[in-house]
Amino acid sequence: MKKKNAIIYILLILGALMMIVPFGWMLVVAFTNADITYNMTLKNIWNSLSLNSFRTVFSQYNTGRYLFNSVFVSLMATAGQILICAMSGFVFARIEFRHKEKLFLLYLATMMIPVQATVIPQYILMNKMNLINTYIALFLPGMFNAFGTFLMRQYFKSIPAALEEAACIDGAGFIRIFFQIMLPLSKPGLAVLAVTGFMGAWNDFLWPLLVASDDLHTTLPLFLSQLQGRWYVDWSVLMSATLISVLPILLVYIFAQKYFIEGIQNTGIK
Amino acid sequence: MYKSRKKIILTFLLPSFLGLLVFKVFSMLYSLYISFTDWNLFGDPNFIGIRNYMDIFQDERFYQALKNTLLFITGYLPSVLIVSLGLAMLLNSKVKKVTLFRGLFFLPVISSWVAISMIWKGMLNPEFGIINTIIRFFGGNGPAWLQNPSYVMPAIIMTSVWKDIGFLAIIFLGGLQGISQTYYEAAQIDCAGPWQRFTKITLPLLSPTTFYVLILSIINSFQVFDQIWVMTSGEPTADLVPVMVTEIYRNSFRYQRMGYSTALSWVLFGIIILVTVIQNVLQKKWVHYDD
Repeated sequence: MKKKNAIIYILLILGALMMIVPFGWMLVVAFTNADITYNMTLKNIWNSLSLNSFRTVFSQYNTGRYLFNSVFVSLMATAGQILICAMSGFVFARIEFRHKEKLFLLYLATMMIPVQATVIPQYILMNKMNLINTYIALFLPGMFNAFGTFLMRQYFKSIPAALEEAACIDGAGFIRIFFQIMLPLSKPGLAVLAVTGFMGAWNDFLWPLLVASDDLHTTLPLFLSQLQGRWYVDWSVLMSATLISVLPILLVYIFAQKYFIEGIQNTGIK
Repeated sequence: MYKSRKKIILTFLLPSFLGLLVFKVFSMLYSLYISFTDWNLFGDPNFIGIRNYMDIFQDERFYQALKNTLLFITGYLPSVLIVSLGLAMLLNSKVKKVTLFRGLFFLPVISSWVAISMIWKGMLNPEFGIINTIIRFFGGNGPAWLQNPSYVMPAIIMTSVWKDIGFLAIIFLGGLQGISQTYYEAAQIDCAGPWQRFTKITLPLLSPTTFYVLILSIINSFQVFDQIWVMTSGEPTADLVPVMVTEIYRNSFRYQRMGYSTALSWVLFGIIILVTVIQNVLQKKWVHYDD
């Protein structure tokens, strides 16, 4: 048994090393200067530790702005998605109306529509509404997803209706009941929706590539892909920018690891 | 219970209903319509019937993109399935601190493809990249991965496997944890060895999860775009490894051939549906549902 455990540990450590080494390389290159990449000995690394490349990233490029864009767009997309999905999930869980089941099936059916089939018309739509190179274009389409509605409906259904009945008798309206009773009671569901939504928006590349072509609305993934010039790449600057783009989602992950894993096990969305 | 039903439906359901209607349902139908026209973003679309679809099947680049997509899948799928199942079994073993490792394998999953591509461009660099340094250490001579057309696909497959094993392992882990211990206890009594336990208990009882992972990763790999686009951009191989979605992107946003590219996206959708249906038929032969 001891021997078996030792083998498991060795395999896990080897695997973990393979996962960490690329990130470690990113860190080293980001905090040293570009020359170091060709001769990476511990002594050289120690001698050339500096924050210069971060200074370059922020002074020569509009990186502060890109960082703000990414944060703002991801937060708006996440907040909008949570609110819209929770509201519709609440209706499907609690309100009776004609053709409700059919409508719900229709919602689920939209989950099967592939991204490629919708991305070009969505772009054309944004173009027609003169929304190219606006924040609205960046976050609006991401707000609507039937999966979130489905998830929230499941959570709301598990909450006993007696609570709402009591609140109703006390004279609370549906908006109050929704925000003060239902939402606080479904925090785990909201958290799963929040982390998957945020991660999706933060890491998105194709959609911003289509609708944000000016510098003012560039997000971090777009900036990164533009940063590597055709003939010369300053690796330190590139890795500092990469680090800046990974750090926020990493922080979210560290604090909400449970919900990331739950979200992936439940949804298969990454 | 709620008295103002109409008001609730109007305020709570309408936003999501309109959003899905416009951005999903209408967009889908609209793209179907465009695929039968010669629209180029400017001017009016003219109806041209199935010309775009016929063009696709005569286009050399379409077959190249299809071939590369299939090449990606054949390299990526078996390796990512085997490695992530192995990892899930390691993570499922009852050794201490195992959750700490789970967190580490998840780092590439949460990072964006753009960031990962940048890091791996460094790892795969022929002059200072760690991959070639390791190969040199063992006496070999590594290729210029992303600059050489015959090595760029293996490099992208390798990176994709590296990025996705944590993601798929988590799903496999959920499946493994759902297998009742009593089966293994019974096998122990019958003196079944580890390999027998794996092939006679774990694999059959895990098959619903495996099926789900298979469907998920095949759909995802048919839609592969980010890593191909970013890892080859700025390299001499930039236009040499077209896949289905890069072709859709190129045709629509570089050449403004909206009709052709929407038709291409419907062909891709058709292929994905076909593969999924075939898998659904085949699964009856190998997926065991435990009732």
